[in-house]
Amino acid sequence: MTALALPTRRQEDWRYSDTDAVAHLWPLPAPVEIRVRAGENAAQHFLQQNGDDAVVVRDYHVVLDAGARLDFHLLNMGGRLGRVTFDVTLGRGAHFALHGAIIGGGEQTLEIVTAITHAEPEATSEQVIRSILGGHATGNYLGKIAVARDAQKTDASQSVKAMLLTRTATANAKPELEIYADDVKCAHGATVGELDKAALFYMASRGMDPATAQTLLLRSFVAGVFDGIADDDLRATFEAAALAKLEGLA
Amino acid sequence: MLKINNLSNTVADKPILKGLSLTINAGEIHAIMGPNGAGKSTLAYTLGGRPGYEVTGGDVTFDGQDLLALAPHERAAAGLFLGFQYPVEIPGVSNLQFLRESLNSQRKARGEEPASGAEFIKLAKEKAALLGLDMEMLKRPVNVGFSGGEKKRAEMVQMGILDPRLAILDETDSGLDIDALKIVGTGINAIMRKSDKAVLLITHYQRLLDYVKPDFVHVLSNGRIVKSGGPELALELEREGYADILGAAAA
Repeated sequence: MTALALPTRRQEDWRYSDTDAVAHLWPLPAPVEIRVRAGENAAQHFLQQNGDDAVVVRDYHVVLDAGARLDFHLLNMGGRLGRVTFDVTLGRGAHFALHGAIIGGGEQTLEIVTAITHAEPEATSEQVIRSILGGHATGNYLGKIAVARDAQKTDASQSVKAMLLTRTATANAKPELEIYADDVKCAHGATVGELDKAALFYMASRGMDPATAQTLLLRSFVAGVFDGIADDDLRATFEAAALAKLEGLA
Repeated sequence: MLKINNLSNTVADKPILKGLSLTINAGEIHAIMGPNGAGKSTLAYTLGGRPGYEVTGGDVTFDGQDLLALAPHERAAAGLFLGFQYPVEIPGVSNLQFLRESLNSQRKARGEEPASGAEFIKLAKEKAALLGLDMEMLKRPVNVGFSGGEKKRAEMVQMGILDPRLAILDETDSGLDIDALKIVGTGINAIMRKSDKAVLLITHYQRLLDYVKPDFVHVLSNGRIVKSGGPELALELEREGYADILGAAAA
């Protein structure tokens, strides 16, 4: 995803981005390379909570050798533009899991762009993305899964859900499958919704103030995204950061 | 305690309540009965402040305070409890979390100290035991996977914990078998039959009134109360049906 010219919205993976903001960051930082050797397990995370004016583009180039596993946890919620991309190539029997949340307000554009290549048989990938968008924020998920001709027994899933808190917030979800093998399982689901009004009234009828009720519903919406973080302190850090941002949106 | 004066409203621009008046004093239990579509649930939701239930005329005071000027959560903090005919499921939020946040929001609104964790759990245990609801159920998400009877019992546990001054119970008896009905009836009496509290029961059937004896019974039809009486009116309705009573009232 390194390009020599400034990206434009004509490019598919920049389609919903804030390309004006990217100009401030040009040239883009070099991608972060992650390689997990055959049979090894790795866990990585990125808590993107830069200040309001920041422009953040982080590209991950991931190669998973045969039987390797990477669990990645992402909370993307800072900056005017916060863009995190993953270009992942899976070897035989490898596993890639991405659990990500986007929480945005104001004029933020926050996006997660993934391109997962199942290059060899029996690899699995799982992506769970939850977005909460208030104000005039835009949240994007563009996820491409490519399955090579020989990559039989591929099992790939994408679960993408977005919650809009205002009429002026935008969510874009674009799952894309490119499958050349014939014995594969690729599940994908994408939904965009609003807070449940019946639940909000029920909570109010019990005396809960509207801000608390909203925060509680939003917490339950993103709950689970960070459950897989093995380190208790790190998980608590993610949850606290998400909660602080959610309370700011109420 | 509650004074409803000539209340009219619309739901989706359709008039439902058409000049309803009712006064409930502390220490009283009132029952409202009436045919389907009379406006019973609309009355409950309007008093609770549900969005979309637009008041077009009349006024309501609760302990002298303009009830209609308050937001739904402020009505609850003022001491109003609304029992739902169809309790709402909230996945991902446990009953305990839901109730503790609700109780503490109410306390905060009244300028009181929040309940500590230990104080709250003690209260929840006590009220769950009163309604025969397993504490384990309260750890589960609000109403998710609960049977109809469990939802109604959970509602009464909520009422016990929140300790309102006025409870408006919308068909709390629907979906209950005889045993559950008895437990819920006993619960309502234990929590609400006090000289400084009052209850408005909305029901289709006499059977709940065998357990929670009303002081007054009202018949609601076409958005107004067309007949009021003592407990004997409920028996009369059960025996003769609404048509005869309404025919007589109209004549």
